[in-house]
Amino acid sequence: MADTPILEVKNLRVEFPTRRGTLVAVDDISFSIAPGEVLGVVGESGAGKSMTGAAVIGLLEPPGRIAGGSISLAGRRIDNLPYEEMRKVRGREIGAIFQDPLTSLNPLYTIGRQLTETILTHLPVSQAEAQARAVDLLRQVGIPAADKRIEHYPHQFSGGMRQRVVIALALAANPKLIIADEPTTALDVSIQAQIIALIKKLCREHGAAVMLVTHDMGVIAETADRVAVMYAGRIAEIGPVRDVIKAAKHPYTDGLMASIPKVGRTDARLAQIDGAMPRLNAIPRGCAFNPRCGRAFDRCRVDRPEPLAAGASQVACWLYDTAKGDTP
Amino acid sequence: MIAFVIRRLLQSVLVMLTVAFISFALFRYVGDPVLIMLGQDFTQAQYDTLVSELGLDQPFYLQFAKFIVAALQGEFGISYRLARPVAQLIMERLPATLELSLVAAILALCIGVPMGVYTGLHRESWLSRFFLTISLIGVSLPTFLIGILLILIFAVQFGVLPSFGRGDVVKFGTWSSGFLTTSGLKALVLPAVTLSLFQLTLIMRLVRSEMLEVLRTDYIKFARARGLTNRAVHFGHALKNTLVPVITITGLQIGGIIAFAIVTETVFQWPGMGLLFIQSVNNADVPVMAAYLLLVGFFFVAINLVVDLLYYVVDPRLRVDRGAASGH
Ligand SMILES: Nc1ncnc2c1ncn2[C@@H]1O[C@H](COP(=O)(O)OP(=O)(O)OP(=O)(O)O)[C@@H](O)[C@H]1O
Ligand code: SF4
Ligand SMILES: [Mg+2]
Repeated sequence: MADTPILEVKNLRVEFPTRRGTLVAVDDISFSIAPGEVLGVVGESGAGKSMTGAAVIGLLEPPGRIAGGSISLAGRRIDNLPYEEMRKVRGREIGAIFQDPLTSLNPLYTIGRQLTETILTHLPVSQAEAQARAVDLLRQVGIPAADKRIEHYPHQFSGGMRQRVVIALALAANPKLIIADEPTTALDVSIQAQIIALIKKLCREHGAAVMLVTHDMGVIAETADRVAVMYAGRIAEIGPVRDVIKAAKHPYTDGLMASIPKVGRTDARLAQIDGAMPRLNAIPRGCAFNPRCGRAFDRCRVDRPEPLAAGASQVACWLYDTAKGDTP
Repeated sequence: MIAFVIRRLLQSVLVMLTVAFISFALFRYVGDPVLIMLGQDFTQAQYDTLVSELGLDQPFYLQFAKFIVAALQGEFGISYRLARPVAQLIMERLPATLELSLVAAILALCIGVPMGVYTGLHRESWLSRFFLTISLIGVSLPTFLIGILLILIFAVQFGVLPSFGRGDVVKFGTWSSGFLTTSGLKALVLPAVTLSLFQLTLIMRLVRSEMLEVLRTDYIKFARARGLTNRAVHFGHALKNTLVPVITITGLQIGGIIAFAIVTETVFQWPGMGLLFIQSVNNADVPVMAAYLLLVGFFFVAINLVVDLLYYVVDPRLRVDRGAASGH
């Protein structure tokens, strides 16, 4: 079954019950990631990228909860697993890389202890084997003198080095999927490219697929196989990286790409389109993008567009509804 | 490490000198020791002789130096009230206070920390709410009232525990211990509970709020994302990170316990230093007061020193940075 996606998310909905009503942070999104594939996820701040990642790894912070849909890992449903079962999935089958390497590591333990602890939690190896594996992982992520550095504490490493340690931790038990949520945002610009290249290389070597959340279109262009563009808790467009970047179909993606001076430059960040993304408690009826969309028509203000096939991509926009021929 | 210890030791010596100075000033300038020693009838010649015999006509820094040399040898003069060497009086009373304080501190720690951890981990459970409500009483009721209430219930109403004194003691040289006899242990219960209650609730609330704080940190989220067991996350990672503030406060509290013992010892007529101190205050027995002040000051300083060294053990960031942060 080589065709079974490593991750399959169907109609996922993430809600935050609050005093003033329920906020829907992720609204009915579906996507999948094939084994070994890198899926880039982009979108403005608050679009729901991190919530999607947190839902997949089963670490939504209460009161946030999965209110609908399903998440399957290699064909097995994981969104409804009991805590202890899901714990065994985390780290073992899904690894995570967080944004800020300075705060991701426990300051009171050596990195060696944090690595071996993760390895011993998931793999049936002896303490000595775990230790050897830890040194090996540190070597793989490019930490010089790994056998000595393993005895050091997080504060003895620079930010870039710490993110390498975090990557080693994410890969410690050989998971088949890595969720990297803005892994370089907190790092010095000069080392961002190195870290992204490292993640890509190691995941290929370990055969791990990656869900890479980033604001950096340059990173997406260089790293991802496919890309999902999120807007107000929904996926606006998802498709092969070349299609989405060079020939964006959704008006929102189009605006995003147009606002980037030169695709491929690592400093190219998402720029603003006129207006702002709606807040969760004020998402407009119909297409969430319609107040900012230059091509909106009547139907956009009434019906919510479903993802529609357009070439190799899926686009949530009524402009691509060929069946009804209802375009203006 | 050595430099750190030496620096701390020097600081401690400075603090002790300050306390000694206050204690000396009290001893020398509160009331006229010569008048007190001579009693009602005396001639000016007698007065002058005694002044020069006691060295009270020497410059004050010489007197202070002599006071310190004497104090270092355990010489604190003669009690006005009991006409016995102060050092002897204190040595007789010290074991009672130290045993009481020790038991109270152990109670406060061994009950306060687990309760704090529990209420921090299970914020919503009814047991947590119960503990928190109870702890409010612990903080707000004055110690003497709690002592009297306990006496009313357990000594007067049920008659199961003695309401005053120390029970039978066993002598080891100059040390008298109540730990080895049933009556000694029974006598210890009520005063120890009374003395520990305030510190217990304080430690519980502190551990709880620290736990809540730490559980929100990135490294705890990352520890969960690595699939560590709840046990490892809560006790291995979270609890250890609460230790630094807990050690600080606990250290201060233990000093506080020894000082606060005055009230408890008075309520329970516990034959310790606190009771001795109160009796001395009532009789303007200045040498005893000065010695007590010095001794309590010494305990505070010693405990602070231990606390600093414990930080050093717990938090690697404070240790000398041999492998300083290296480049990217
Ligand atoms: N505890 C919460 N209660 C209510 N709403 C929340 C809570 N946490 C997050 N949200 C909302 O969920 C939405 C999605 O947040 P998310 O963190 O997924 O955004 P993001 O796409 O990762 O943005 P960024 O690029 O800033 O990381 C946001 O609009 C946010 O306001
Ligand atoms: S559905 Fe309508 S409003 Fe939404 S993006 Fe497409 S054209 Fe614009
Ligand atoms: Mg985010």
